[in-house]
Amino acid sequence: MPENKKHIGLFIPCYVDQFYPNVAIATLELLEKLGCKVTYPMGQTCCGQPMANAGYERDTIATTKHFIRIFKDFDYVVAPSGSCILHVKEHAPAISGMEKEQSELHDKTFELTEFLTDILKIGNIKGSFPHRVGFHASCHGQRGLRLSSSSELHQTPFNKAKQLMSNLEGLEWVELERKDECCGFGGTFAVSEEALSIQMGKDRLADHQAQHVEILTGGDMSCIMHLQGIAKRNGNPIQFKHIAEILNEAFS
Amino acid sequence: MSHPIQAAEFLQDQAKSKWHDETLWFVRDKRDKISKSVPEWENLRDLASLIKDNVLANLGSYLEEFEKNAKANNIHVHWAKDAEEHNRIVLGILQEKRCKAIVKSKSILTEECHLNPYLEKNGIEVVDTDLGERIVQFLNQAPSHIVLPAIHLKKRDISEIFHEKLHTEKGNEDPDYLTHAARINLREKFLSSKVAITGVNFGVAETGEFVVCTNEGNADMGVHLADVHIACMGIEKIIPKRAHLGVFLRLLARSATGQSVTNYTSHFRSPSPGKEIHIVLVDNGRTAQLARPKFKNSLKCIRCGACMNTCPIYRRSGGFSYESTVPGPIGSILSPGIDLQKHSSLPFASTLCGSCTDICPVKINIHEQLYEWRQEITKAQPDRAKSLAMKIANGVFAVPFAYNLSGNLMRGALKILPDSITYSGLNTWGKQRDLPELPKESFKDWYKKNRK
Repeated sequence: MPENKKHIGLFIPCYVDQFYPNVAIATLELLEKLGCKVTYPMGQTCCGQPMANAGYERDTIATTKHFIRIFKDFDYVVAPSGSCILHVKEHAPAISGMEKEQSELHDKTFELTEFLTDILKIGNIKGSFPHRVGFHASCHGQRGLRLSSSSELHQTPFNKAKQLMSNLEGLEWVELERKDECCGFGGTFAVSEEALSIQMGKDRLADHQAQHVEILTGGDMSCIMHLQGIAKRNGNPIQFKHIAEILNEAFS
Repeated sequence: MSHPIQAAEFLQDQAKSKWHDETLWFVRDKRDKISKSVPEWENLRDLASLIKDNVLANLGSYLEEFEKNAKANNIHVHWAKDAEEHNRIVLGILQEKRCKAIVKSKSILTEECHLNPYLEKNGIEVVDTDLGERIVQFLNQAPSHIVLPAIHLKKRDISEIFHEKLHTEKGNEDPDYLTHAARINLREKFLSSKVAITGVNFGVAETGEFVVCTNEGNADMGVHLADVHIACMGIEKIIPKRAHLGVFLRLLARSATGQSVTNYTSHFRSPSPGKEIHIVLVDNGRTAQLARPKFKNSLKCIRCGACMNTCPIYRRSGGFSYESTVPGPIGSILSPGIDLQKHSSLPFASTLCGSCTDICPVKINIHEQLYEWRQEITKAQPDRAKSLAMKIANGVFAVPFAYNLSGNLMRGALKILPDSITYSGLNTWGKQRDLPELPKESFKDWYKKNRK
């Protein structure tokens, strides 16, 4: 069976479901345009990441069991978030009695851009997106899932999102001064270290602004929600889109 | 005070915190460039990590081998189980030599043991001879960075301190002029000290020798002029063979400052005729850390400071915000092992971005250990949950947390609440950030209508 005929379980992070339905719709439509069979299981809830990163991984056992039950029968699980996928694969507590299902689930769970490049083997998306775009690499996607090379490591540069957008007509890809510095969201860090979080966000935005970025994109809405919140408060006209929205809009 | 309060204070001076961030980023950038000029860089990191794994798995036997060989080289070997014993041993040697003034090159271990105040209390004059350490010593401060001790100060600050302490011209901020003044002052101290203290970067088990790296030559200047050399060494600084220096020395300076090698890399094996070398091997919580499977490999650290230079938190909050001898990411995984209550905010002073792990020359999984310390701290401090829950309930996180029960309710509530409440002081998220605009329906609702 070709990869795109397999059944995909669409995993939509809870805050995306609530605040950014357009990102979820774009993810669903993009996968459908690429010929995939996609279902959104209605019973899904939060994956437990905010709790675990705050130090309460042990309290996410029920959430994790629920997640495994909801998604275990799909051929693949795909989400438009590096951060939530990293949590599911690396930080969700091991569930005794469900070892086999959990381990199989980890092997078939993917962040959207890596699913497109590594499983569907799509080199790039053809279409048009005539805008000046800055890319914010979310740390969990980049250094956790290795969706792009990390500036600290001595390795051949790569970036799965950039690769997917590389053939979009009119798209101007912007190189940043600090290409993979954290935006300061960090889950509960955003409120527990509010002053630092804001400063880091402002610094990231300033880098994009200095390069005259028109649309700031990335693979994690959590980072973007934080950056957008600061931009809006300060009257910064920069626009924000998840990479799924760009790819779906540009697709021809 | 906790890290968030200290960090917020540091950020009050916007110009200075920006300068601090940019200065350390400059050091990191230098490190990036030079590390990429070494084709086998990642192999060196792998090797260094594996050698250190071996050391930690066999620490006892390497230490015994080191002791035996050092003794055969006529080095006096002392063992200290904690800071107090370390300080007593050092004082004992000084008293035996009737020494009233010492010079000391950079040693984070002696900072950790609070040796300076202990010796001063016992009537000994201590002079730190590293220029940065000398500057912070004048201010009665601790170093704010393990490699760049005075990085929190600017030229103007140093000019003022030197004017007061060394009578340099008021307002003269010329670095050459100020350094020269420090040299003249230190020269007297070097010439008059009978005992010199140094730290240790690497102790070689196979030969019983040890290596001290400096950029200013101050360790050598002190040691060669003194009759007695006391070297203070954490027990994790052991490496099995001299050949392994070929791995670690290539990584250390490049990671620390972006230099290919430190200006001085001094090997000490046996005392010159008529002189003495003492080495104090210090545990001070290291074996306790070694017994914690999730945290033991924090002991691989070679104290290069690269994780500080790369850390977006450290760069913007300064070393003092951590209130621990070793600040930054590595300090945040070492310090809770020493005092969990005191340092409980440190593992949360991170976004878990992982830059520290990728930059670490000995591949310590720093950000993963930060995550693991969080799990330990919430068990040890049940109150923490309450304050955190308060913050979360008042912010944007309310939605994911209340998901099963009241997702729709919450969206509704956010929509109807006036901005004055949503953005009130209670709402930490909204203090300096807008909340996302609320869509008319969730994805779940859209999906029900548009699919199936």
